[in-house]
Amino acid sequence: MGDLLRYRDDAAHDEPAVTLDAFLGQTNATAVRVESGDDVRALIPHLGQIALIEVSFPKFRDGRGYSSARILREAGYAGELRAAGDVLVDQVPLMRRCGFDSFAPEAEIDAATLEASLSRYDHVYQVAADGAVPVWKLRHG
Amino acid sequence: MYKYDQYDQAIVDARVAEFRDQVTRRLAGQITEDQFKPLRLMNGLYLQLHAYMLRVAVPYGTLDGRQMRMLGHIARKYDRGYGHFTTRQNIQYNWIKLSDAPDILADLATVEMHAIQTSGNCIRNISSDQYAGAAADEVADPRPWAELLRQWSTFHPEFSYLPRKFKIAVIAADEDRAAMRLHDIGIQLVERDGKLGGRIFVGGGMGRTPMVAPEIKDFIGAEDLLSYVEACLRVYNRYGRRDNIYKARIKILIHELGADEYRRQVEEEFKLVKALGIDPPQAEFDRIAAYFAPPAFEAGASDAIDRSDPDFAVWLDQNVKAHKRPGYAIVNISLKPAGGIPGDASAEQIDLMADLAGRYSFDELRVTHAQNIVLPHVRKADLHTIWQALHGAGLAEANLDLITDIIACPGLDYCSLANARSIPVAQKIADRFADPARQRDLGELKLKISGCINACGHHHAGHIGILGVDKKGTENYQLLLGGSGAEDASLGKITGPGFDEDGIVDAVERVTDRYVALREEGERFLDTYRRVGIDPFKEAIYG
Repeated sequence: MGDLLRYRDDAAHDEPAVTLDAFLGQTNATAVRVESGDDVRALIPHLGQIALIEVSFPKFRDGRGYSSARILREAGYAGELRAAGDVLVDQVPLMRRCGFDSFAPEAEIDAATLEASLSRYDHVYQVAADGAVPVWKLRHG
Repeated sequence: MYKYDQYDQAIVDARVAEFRDQVTRRLAGQITEDQFKPLRLMNGLYLQLHAYMLRVAVPYGTLDGRQMRMLGHIARKYDRGYGHFTTRQNIQYNWIKLSDAPDILADLATVEMHAIQTSGNCIRNISSDQYAGAAADEVADPRPWAELLRQWSTFHPEFSYLPRKFKIAVIAADEDRAAMRLHDIGIQLVERDGKLGGRIFVGGGMGRTPMVAPEIKDFIGAEDLLSYVEACLRVYNRYGRRDNIYKARIKILIHELGADEYRRQVEEEFKLVKALGIDPPQAEFDRIAAYFAPPAFEAGASDAIDRSDPDFAVWLDQNVKAHKRPGYAIVNISLKPAGGIPGDASAEQIDLMADLAGRYSFDELRVTHAQNIVLPHVRKADLHTIWQALHGAGLAEANLDLITDIIACPGLDYCSLANARSIPVAQKIADRFADPARQRDLGELKLKISGCINACGHHHAGHIGILGVDKKGTENYQLLLGGSGAEDASLGKITGPGFDEDGIVDAVERVTDRYVALREEGERFLDTYRRVGIDPFKEAIYG
């Protein structure tokens, strides 16, 4: 297991995450683990009580979690959104853009490589969940 | 054509630095080949049978002379002196060293070019009509829409790990010169009540399960385009199959859901996505469109052409097409010379085409999905001079859309996926039908060859298609008839048992002989086939 990477100021949430089914069955949990095939829209009525949503990446090629993250952020979720599993350094910038703000990678991520990777692009072309201003907005004020 | 501003340039420069870093980490063993693979693929770098292959993007097939010359420079400096233009309007180099790839990208970035998303399970280069901005039948130039999509899709954070590759085409005429309905998303610009919008087709494709895309939306304005396409992609990213690589394209999702259910899901998603403010303002669309303003055509340019040179006249009738402006024409440069490799051009030929574009075509060139090159805006008065220059460089083959204008994939000569060779079959067919008068008599006949069922050579869409397969360790070729990638899109049918390399050439000839015997006045091969069906041809082939 690699170190947990967090881009949040609050303290890490340490309640164990329950599965989506378990959460929907007993809605007093505050942390949920979502598998890549789960429909995260089922969580939308409960977002206010959730402090941590962990989205599983069983294989780095499985990109469903990117959509899950954006859907949760678009629905107003402000708690911790963690990408967990086969998360590679070159994916972290894209995941940040989709709204992930913490990472539990299976394998250690090299800090210097990550730093370079996150600071490489000064500009983005599209609106996503990270608040970055797309170049078309810069062009037209 | 479009020019980068400081933002576009900064993004492409950053990509060069990023890829350099990724290659350095790979060469140092810090990442495995398995982890490196999706990174290099998203930059167009494949590991083929003999070497790395680099595919360079030519967005919507448009480039200028400076960019074309850079393609020649790369062929000379990093490859073996030639490049291969592809069916997606790109160019690829087949003999690249991994350690050179970052330098090549750096060279490309100096002329506003890149290899971003030319492979990998992401949104690929946007393709378009090679006659955009020149065709008399277009309702508008489709390229501003394509450029809008290019920027939106570049490093799209949500859609960089899709179930499978994703190809988008934009056209703006009823005649489909870009095989639009055989793309994952095809967009046809249309006018309604004086307003321009896109008809959206989703779920076409070739590969092992070919499908013609159904219409999903009859009209979407430019102000909603990106939201709508984003909704289309999101439904696919979430629900496209990931359990089987051969069922992972969006066409399978739409086939399994049905077009109506897919449309319903997209419309639901669109309502949510539209509220996110992802569509740029009209001012951005106008900014992009301004780059595609018509060039300074000469008023009163003459329509007269001296046809006294018979070889020139043949080329004129076959390779030159009508332009929207009086006194101008569209020149097609065939990259299908007898005995050549379809789509290949030498560095010297690339330079010559760049020079001709600079002198005679407002410095613009196009790459076509049929693997030819176009000079889009040529004065009729200059046609003979251009033809002479092309003739001297082996580029004046007068065979556009004829049986020797063959689309062929690289096949087993280069490709690690192929089951059979494509290039030698293309060469043998070109040789069999070498007589130009015979080719012209056969008329429009689109012959397309793939060396495996992934169908990079578009065999499903060939009037005559050839599919190379592996049959117990030997190369075997199946024959298909009746496909079309045009506005009357259809998928070819397999005639029956396959053939060896010489047998397939004989079979093609039996088909064309039967066509000549059966055709009625004015019928193309495809028309005759559609009228009489496959049986007379089967009888001709198998007796």
